[in-house]
Amino acid sequence: MSDLNKLTIAEARDALRKGETTSVALTEACLAAIDGADALGAFVHKTPDLALERAKAADARIAAGDAPDMCGIPVGIKDLFCTEGVPSQAASKILEGFLPQYESTVSGQLKDAGAVMLGKLNMDEFAMGSSNETSVYGNAVNPWKAGNGEDLLTPGGSSGGSASAVAADLCLAATGTDTGGSIRQPAAFTGTVGLKPTYGRCSRWGIVAFASSLDQAGPMTKTVRDAAIMGRAMMGHDPKDSTSADLAVPDFEAMLTGDIRGKVIGIPEEYRMDGMPEEIETLWHQGAEMLRDAGAEIRDISLPHTKYALPAYYVIAPAEASSNLARYDGVRFGHRAKLGHGDGITEMYEKTRAEGFGAEVQRRVMIGTYVLSAGFYDAYYNRARKVRALIKKDFDDVFAEGVDSILTPATPSAAFELGKEVSDPVEMYLNDVFTVTVNLAGLPGVAVPTGLDAQGLPLGLQLIGRPWEEGDLLNTAYALENAAGFVAKPAKWW
Amino acid sequence: MSIDIETAARVAKLARIKVEEEDLPALAGEFNAILGFIEQLQELNVDDVEPMTSVTPMRLKRREDVVTDGNQQAKVLANAPDAREGFFAVPKVVE
Repeated sequence: MSDLNKLTIAEARDALRKGETTSVALTEACLAAIDGADALGAFVHKTPDLALERAKAADARIAAGDAPDMCGIPVGIKDLFCTEGVPSQAASKILEGFLPQYESTVSGQLKDAGAVMLGKLNMDEFAMGSSNETSVYGNAVNPWKAGNGEDLLTPGGSSGGSASAVAADLCLAATGTDTGGSIRQPAAFTGTVGLKPTYGRCSRWGIVAFASSLDQAGPMTKTVRDAAIMGRAMMGHDPKDSTSADLAVPDFEAMLTGDIRGKVIGIPEEYRMDGMPEEIETLWHQGAEMLRDAGAEIRDISLPHTKYALPAYYVIAPAEASSNLARYDGVRFGHRAKLGHGDGITEMYEKTRAEGFGAEVQRRVMIGTYVLSAGFYDAYYNRARKVRALIKKDFDDVFAEGVDSILTPATPSAAFELGKEVSDPVEMYLNDVFTVTVNLAGLPGVAVPTGLDAQGLPLGLQLIGRPWEEGDLLNTAYALENAAGFVAKPAKWW
Repeated sequence: MSIDIETAARVAKLARIKVEEEDLPALAGEFNAILGFIEQLQELNVDDVEPMTSVTPMRLKRREDVVTDGNQQAKVLANAPDAREGFFAVPKVVE
């Protein structure tokens, strides 16, 4: 078989089980693709020796007939996941040289299932960003280009390296994390599928924390079927995360019938934004038509507090980040600043954090500190938590009225040029306008590629599901994927 | 609400991030842009709304109050910038 790195998880799994290929062959194909793709900046710590060792072990397991779905599948792991003995620095200078002494639950579950880690993937520093431009490693680059243009485009963020690697066939799939859209926005920018599970589905243990009440890991894949397979392997109860849900994880792949007759799909009027490109509006309309043609009922709905989601998010997420990132103090791990004569512990903290954190991280930590400070806690933080309750109630209400899933655009635009939006933080924040509500409400959401814009760049739609009903959500996504028939791939230039 | 240079300096101090004097005006400007965006939240009436504490209504699990982990001193100290004699070492705290 040629181009083994281009296979989907499902194709590779079936070929492995039939003995048509080996995990070592799959892994070697991916390692070669990775070595030829440094221009994409996707893999920032490569682990070829470890990968081949695990691939051999997977082949032995498959030969012995003991092979879970992910056994032998080469994947990339976002740098936010702590991986034992392998650099894990959340794309931050402050964690330079950090070698975790333990494995995160999610990457550990994948490892135990026999998945082969190829290396660590680029991201925005501490997952704070929408373009992968805040990384200490430098930018990750989108394998897609606009028309015949030469400009390098962002793969989105924060899981930009994951999206770039999957779109460029450097790995069969990758892990991502999503706090405000960091799986779904990069998936939409790269023509890949990204699933953010219900809050509590994937353990957060061992994943570097950004905003603990919003963070959720999920799979980034080439197809909806792969998201079902890999998502199942990543989820499950973990006593080490107190917010991890003690609920059974169903076989999502078995639920992919493509039959969505009678399902009610909500179209929220508040997601029609002023100034939204015509192409996105058209794509959204076409997506609804596809689901209608597949037998679903399309219903106009209202989520009245949508416009307050982003401002609420930019209070809650920085507040939690300022608290979570207090641990980076130069004492227990990571970077410590060189101290001058007479410097005490306060100077050590201040210099270490000034040197170790990039500009966007510093900005968010300080905003978080401000909204939590005496005198402003009620006006900002508590008010944002109340608004969050209203946003969740919007969703509860439409689900109570019988809506099964909600269809929205995934992003307000296609991938933009690197460097274009760096100067204005608020402009950059608007990237998450369609995705952030889902994190605030703790719901599952999936981005599915459904078309190309006039410049040939991929565009995606988002489906939002009821809590814990990823199986039903993925089945609707599967029906949309089938109807859209998105097969375009970026032309190789790297 | 407008953030002046003095407030920006105070926030940086609270956050334990060293910001040079000459960078404070730009920082205050960025804070003001972000806080201006957040200001929209004041439009809503939230008088009778309970602030959200947990997005999924769940009772946190309990377990026996016993030691379940430990005896990993070497691992705990493995990543320390400065560890001595089994401890994290820091600059002198008390004169």
